[in-house]
Amino acid sequence: MGLIRKVKDLISLMNENSLTEIEIEEEGTKIRLKKNNLDSLQTSIQLPSIKAASLQEGSNKYLPSKQDKESSEIVAPMVGTFYSSAPGAEPYVNIGDTVDEETVVCIIEAMKIMNEVKAETEGKITEVMVENGAAVEFGQPLFRIEASGGGD
Amino acid sequence: MFSRILVANRGEIALRIIRACKELGIETVAICSKADENALYLQYADAHVCIGPAEASESYLNIPSIISAAEITDIEAIHPGYGFLAEDSHFAEVCESSNIVFIGPSSEVMKKMGDKTKARDIAIENKIPVIPGSDSAIENQQHAIKVAHEIGYPVLIKASFGGGGRGMRVAHNDISLVNSLAIAQREAKAAFKNASIYIEKYIEPSRHIEVQIIADKYGNMVHLGERDCTIQRRHQKLLEEAPSPNITSQLRDEICKASLKIAKAVNYTNVGTVEFLVDGEGKHYFIEMNTRLQVEHPVTEMITGIDLVKEQLKIAHGERLNLRQKKIKSEGSAIECRINAEDPNNGFRPYAGKITMCSVPGGRGVRVDSHIYSGYEVPPYYDSLLGKLIVHQKTREDSIACMKRALSEYRIEGVGTTIPIHMSIIADPRFVNGDINTNFVENLINEKE
Repeated sequence: MGLIRKVKDLISLMNENSLTEIEIEEEGTKIRLKKNNLDSLQTSIQLPSIKAASLQEGSNKYLPSKQDKESSEIVAPMVGTFYSSAPGAEPYVNIGDTVDEETVVCIIEAMKIMNEVKAETEGKITEVMVENGAAVEFGQPLFRIEASGGGD
Repeated sequence: MFSRILVANRGEIALRIIRACKELGIETVAICSKADENALYLQYADAHVCIGPAEASESYLNIPSIISAAEITDIEAIHPGYGFLAEDSHFAEVCESSNIVFIGPSSEVMKKMGDKTKARDIAIENKIPVIPGSDSAIENQQHAIKVAHEIGYPVLIKASFGGGGRGMRVAHNDISLVNSLAIAQREAKAAFKNASIYIEKYIEPSRHIEVQIIADKYGNMVHLGERDCTIQRRHQKLLEEAPSPNITSQLRDEICKASLKIAKAVNYTNVGTVEFLVDGEGKHYFIEMNTRLQVEHPVTEMITGIDLVKEQLKIAHGERLNLRQKKIKSEGSAIECRINAEDPNNGFRPYAGKITMCSVPGGRGVRVDSHIYSGYEVPPYYDSLLGKLIVHQKTREDSIACMKRALSEYRIEGVGTTIPIHMSIIADPRFVNGDINTNFVENLINEKE
């Protein structure tokens, strides 16, 4: 009980004095508390960083299919907001759809202009990598696409 | 104060702006092209967005991409840095109509001063001396020859919408004038999207001295003294210092007064610099006004103790200027050396490549504004500035000694740099005596050969 009390007091002490780490030794007992400094990194901007392909939650809804050498990505040709469909309409493409170079796969909005994005490649959509309404940067992967094998 | 702004630039100036923002508690969004994805300055910002491929026209100069990045990051203001869109009045207009605060003067003022022939007119109207030259843009060959005969050769052909020492050609006679006109127009069109040119008398030897001014949106304006930017190579500044060595207090007074006058005449706001040419007899002439933050702003910051980027942010946010002319003091001497990735032994050709090792100087009175690091790949798409080395000491003699020491500590391997030429400049007794002119570097290089 005494020890828990001590730890509680130490936590108060840390918070009151904005400490991230504290160590105390008394009568052979050493207690060390260390804060995880995650709140100092939190920002309100939900933006993909350089390394991450996408930060959107729920993107695991779209399970990636088996990766093989034939798969490539359709990337964003501009920075803006990604929309998977025209307002109120069905998505341009779904997983499993076959596309060709001229197929419109999504819209990226920039400066109030809705820009249609074409696949510019042939294949089958195997993954949708961003969520509807997400901010995307130039070159960010949007769809995973597998080269179609054989003819129809 | 703003809670979040976007930095529409790259490299060392993006880092400079991000640092000022951090100290003011402003969140920053940095932008980059594909070529800058591993740039260090991005890591200092709170968030970053890739806005386009490597080519500047598709990224750092691409207004829709920058505004789009601004929209998705919900920023309140954009700082344009220097170069790129910093003096693009159309960009300022787009920001204004997108409800984004442009950190700089209004688009109207930028338009006025952006046309160098109009700026000359404003100077003349305000009884500020200008270099003898054409009354307006050059209309045709006959006009050019007429002007040249009136003012006398040699003459300098300049782009009306140029600046920064770029796109200038000297002509010594009618034939070279006629030949140079078409080339100058082509170069102006390519570099500044406008082929308009004008002519001024070519005065040499000369000194290049400029004055820093700051103004808020309520009509309050002060100057922060002058900077000497005489040490240039092919009209590009290499080394700058404040205060200017060997000038009379009368000249100092006159150019500072003239700067305030012309800035007030156009209702200037935010920071700006008025550039003058001083001839061999100590007479000054207005050249142009730069409606932005300058590369060499650190030397003014060192001697006045004023953070120019913070002032920009405060003014843009609508705060009143908290500086009184009487209270602004200049202390000591500051020198800045531009460290460029260039090969001084090969015509200063720009150098792209990997920096295998980088170790910056330190110690008392040394400031380094640089975005590079060991392992950094210098991209070939943008300017060659790796960083700025600035020193500040009590006397110019001490600053020179400090710069000499700092340059010797600065190690950059993997690319050629301008460190060797800077060592030669500051060791030269003529430089030490303040006996400098705009041909100094060229003469130094010729003497060495």
